[in-house]
Amino acid sequence: MSVARPLPHDAAPLHVTGAARYVDDIPAPRGCLHLAFGCAEIAHGAITVMDLDAVRAAPGVIAVLTAGDLPFANDVSPSAHDEPMLATDAVFYLGQPVFLVIATSHLAARKAARLGRLTYDARPALLSIDDALAASSRFEEGPRIYEKGDTAAAIAGAAHVLDGRIEIGAQEHFYLEGQAALALPQEGGDMIVHSSTQHPTEIQHKVGEALGIPMHGVRVEVRRMGGGFGGKESQGNALAVACAVAARVTGRPCRMRYDRDDDFTITGKRHDFRIDYRVGFDGDGRVAGVEFIQYARCGWAQDLSLPVADRAMLHADNAYHLPTARIESHRLKTHTQSATAFRGFGGPQGMVGIERVMDHIAHHLGRDPLAVRQANFYASGGDISGQKKPQTTPYGMPVEDFILHEMTEALVERSDYAARRAAIADWNAANPILKKGIALTPVKFGISFTLTHLNQAGALVHVYQDGSIHLNHGGTEMGQGLFQKVAQVAADRFGVPLEAVKITATDTGKVPNTSATAASSGSDLNGMAVKAACDEIRDRMAACLAELHQADPADVVFRDGRVAIGGAEMPFAEAAGLVYQNRVSLSATGFYKTPKVKWDRIKGEGRPFFYFAYGAAVTEVVIDTLTGENRILRADILHDCGTSLNPALDIGQIEGGYVQGAGWLTTEELVWDDTGRLRTHAPSTYKIPACSDRPDIFNVALWDGANREETIYRSKAVGEPPFMLGISAFLALSDAVAACGPAYPALDAPATAERVLMAVQKVRA
Amino acid sequence: MDITFLLNGETVELADVSPTTTALDWLREARGLTGTKEGCNEGDCGACTVIVTDADGAKALNACILFLPQLHGKAVRTVEGISGPEGQLHPVQQAMIDFHGSQCGFCTPGFIASMACAHLNGETAHDDALAGNLCRCTGYAPIVRAAEAAEAAPVPDWMRDDVPTASGYPALPQDGDELATWYLAHPDGTLIGGATDVGLWVTKGLRDLGEVAFLHGCRDLQRIEAGAGGTRIGAACTMTQVWDWARDRHPAYAEMIRRYGSVQVRNAATIGGNIANGSPIGDNPPALIALGADLHLRKGDGRRVIALEDFFLDYGQQDRAAGEFVEAVSVPRGQDALRCYKLSKRFDQDISAVCGCFNVTVEDGMVTGARIAFGGMAGVPKRASAVETALLGQPWTEATVAAALPAFAEDFTPLSDMRASAAYRLSAAQGLLQRYFAERSGQTATVLEVAP
Repeated sequence: MSVARPLPHDAAPLHVTGAARYVDDIPAPRGCLHLAFGCAEIAHGAITVMDLDAVRAAPGVIAVLTAGDLPFANDVSPSAHDEPMLATDAVFYLGQPVFLVIATSHLAARKAARLGRLTYDARPALLSIDDALAASSRFEEGPRIYEKGDTAAAIAGAAHVLDGRIEIGAQEHFYLEGQAALALPQEGGDMIVHSSTQHPTEIQHKVGEALGIPMHGVRVEVRRMGGGFGGKESQGNALAVACAVAARVTGRPCRMRYDRDDDFTITGKRHDFRIDYRVGFDGDGRVAGVEFIQYARCGWAQDLSLPVADRAMLHADNAYHLPTARIESHRLKTHTQSATAFRGFGGPQGMVGIERVMDHIAHHLGRDPLAVRQANFYASGGDISGQKKPQTTPYGMPVEDFILHEMTEALVERSDYAARRAAIADWNAANPILKKGIALTPVKFGISFTLTHLNQAGALVHVYQDGSIHLNHGGTEMGQGLFQKVAQVAADRFGVPLEAVKITATDTGKVPNTSATAASSGSDLNGMAVKAACDEIRDRMAACLAELHQADPADVVFRDGRVAIGGAEMPFAEAAGLVYQNRVSLSATGFYKTPKVKWDRIKGEGRPFFYFAYGAAVTEVVIDTLTGENRILRADILHDCGTSLNPALDIGQIEGGYVQGAGWLTTEELVWDDTGRLRTHAPSTYKIPACSDRPDIFNVALWDGANREETIYRSKAVGEPPFMLGISAFLALSDAVAACGPAYPALDAPATAERVLMAVQKVRA
Repeated sequence: MDITFLLNGETVELADVSPTTTALDWLREARGLTGTKEGCNEGDCGACTVIVTDADGAKALNACILFLPQLHGKAVRTVEGISGPEGQLHPVQQAMIDFHGSQCGFCTPGFIASMACAHLNGETAHDDALAGNLCRCTGYAPIVRAAEAAEAAPVPDWMRDDVPTASGYPALPQDGDELATWYLAHPDGTLIGGATDVGLWVTKGLRDLGEVAFLHGCRDLQRIEAGAGGTRIGAACTMTQVWDWARDRHPAYAEMIRRYGSVQVRNAATIGGNIANGSPIGDNPPALIALGADLHLRKGDGRRVIALEDFFLDYGQQDRAAGEFVEAVSVPRGQDALRCYKLSKRFDQDISAVCGCFNVTVEDGMVTGARIAFGGMAGVPKRASAVETALLGQPWTEATVAAALPAFAEDFTPLSDMRASAAYRLSAAQGLLQRYFAERSGQTATVLEVAP
């Protein structure tokens, strides 16, 4: 069995030797040109004069393009057609690409791009949530509202009522490999594009539009990305289109990569949110009803903001049964980078909202927040007798697979939660300056694209006559180990060692019409599509071999690199050769679409998710009440991957997701100044976790249980859910601050040293 | 400039190199060695880490802010040369595979270089060795497991580089005298120590530097010498050298240097550069001012000595004449009660929002001396004179400290920026004095000292 084994990443030997090739490592073809954007220097205004003479005259410059020079479509948006690659007559954020420099080197292009002299008629810039609200600047006609029951009445009738607000900062992806693309012009106007993208089909589509050719004239190849995290779902479009257009204009290969500061300044980030809440509950902390108003700062263009904001609404319950709920979502348009997909896709923000509510309730009642959480958990699903109906989410989906009661109990025991909580109280009593805190938070994350038609995938598998297998599917590799997991599936279907399977680059010429590798769906969708393709070939082989040996096809067994047919047995390679000689096709496509999902995103009703993935984390922190400095001491995690396809890769996703999630809520602070300029635009000023920021003690375990839904080998998606385990670090900080005084900390995120210190001073006041 | 060095064991001779071509661009574009990656192009992510060996040994350096002439007479090993000549994996490479230390793999070559260098030097403080390498995928735990697993493995023989012989020339002066002559002749020229700051003028500012001189050949400026009056630290000493020196003598200063930049940055950055650039947020000046350091300046054959704090006149303005350079900083001998506190968003490899350094002398329960200096609180590194005055002559008690807190507002009117607000800076600075008192009273008052 190749599945379920903790095999290393397929490219690990290439990674460690520097041999793994990323887009910018592809040897430059002869005559290759390099591109850079000249960008807007103000957040909002009309361009009155564009003086590019100095740019054109700069050393190494071959050509300079503006919007008017583009031959066909000037649009790099994923769907709304509201995002010109080059600004037309006005600019809408500071950093918006305005002109494109084509030069003989990356450095020459960058230097020339700074020589543009743009004159603007500046207009007022809406930068903040308050600015946008005051101007009613938004996407969609008004707020979207999901409702379950009469929330106002439930709150009015509750024994206790609280309200509050939390501000949640944005997050830069900081994929280590910046955005990059390379376009190679072909005969007859065709184009081959190498792109660091999670969404090759969209690149193909946008390049086709920009060149005025059908999708069949564009082939996009992606071998790997140096990290994506959602930041390469739509944000690579501009570079790929720029390269393709420049290649068309010059007839030469063109490549582009953003310098890191440009990457920060031009591309979108995680949406920052403000969440207002009002909750009614009983003396045990059991919620009767909750109202959320979510404000999402979406930036200047729509990008993926609507489904992001939807997913924030869909996770406003997290793991808790809300008898009544009202969730109102404002998608605000501002003159800042267009916020985009980022691991969790709005889910984390929605989840922080309800976790804050649980924490606030517990503080109000003087109870352990964990007890309040457990009191509000959904009832366990899976009552086979049918006596007990599953509880439903605010959007009416029955929660049938709830396993957090058992998982939480197991984690409480493994992490020694109760004893440590008591020990922390003692420690805090003895330490006037430093305070510790602890929190256990759960995750219930919905798996499926909420845009239902995206829940499909294709694969292409060839078995060659020597028994070697060529594997291709629509998913992209960004480090998550998707290719290895899917190769494990393929090897298992044919009963061959993993070495027999060749992993190949994602290629729009092999598998068409793919969805982005996003929504944690990679192995669920592509694993199933590959399984279908492999099984198709295997069945053809079995039928052929059975006929040759006068056996039943059902008795043909593929195992250990060999094929057994009744009494006969042969190596897989020999079987492949034999089947080929008998003129049977050894190539097949596979296709998969997720069953059961169907919902109405306007009403907020139905089943957007095939299933839920679960997890829980306990984090212990310490803070300094004199400076607000803080750090994570220990984290214990129990996470649900169903029956893991590869426990090593899954644990890697969990450890990495936790640290990235904790980073979002602690040290990673994006700061825009009053003019709309992003002041934190490089790793010198934007601080993702470093090595020593991981917890001193870091225990990660997988929950042992199969997915009750029929997924690939009963596994569960793992890309995004562990990110939200990092919320436990944030609420542990809140717990530590709460040890400083009587008031509720109401900590905002990210909880930098500064915010922690201000919260300490507030609770003491 | 003509330069020569070893690259993965082979001699490279380059004629007429542009002095500001970075090693990273040259490796990737001219040599096609694309294993070394560009992640940030400013020395903050470590994806471009390479191993450079000179007479002092092997060091990890960021190739993105390393100019080609800085390699003259040294040996460079990139990720491609960390595997053996027959393709054998280095123990850290094998461990990174076995312990799942790579996911997207883009940061991995830089980690491999840092890990192989630490392995070569027998360093096992992995968090410190890897503080300058960012990974966005793994959360670091598997990387540290891999580093630990490889600790005991012998160093492969191909990792030991000999240093080639190379001669100097005017823009590569070989001692302080040559430098003084060059700088007199080129008073508008740029001196390049480790290029951890000047490098960014080129890679981010896209500036043409004009005439430059590289200081790494000036061995006489790289010495730390104990004399009768104290210790003289040559301006071209790297922060790694300063750290080694400070560990036994000024452990609090050393602990701050541990968090200063990263291994790669400390191996390049010079103490003279950190002082001479006059940054209000450089971390050395507050510590050195609190220690009562003097600054040694040289112009041609003329020399003068000033108190370090007097060097910083105003934001962007130092007491330094054209053609004059920082030759050394000297620290008086004797006992001190120094504590250095660096506040930043992240503990490791971050620029301070506030850096407070305290050296208060207490005799018979009374404050008899106070040198308190801050970075990040004004346009220059600055003493907290009003606070010092409030403490002097008072009993060293919590009440005295409390009474001195308002004096911070007399000393400082800090700015708000992306690192912290003015209110936070002022409040936290007060907190640091309280921490200093608590620590001297035997309390644990920093989160870095708390174990789970």
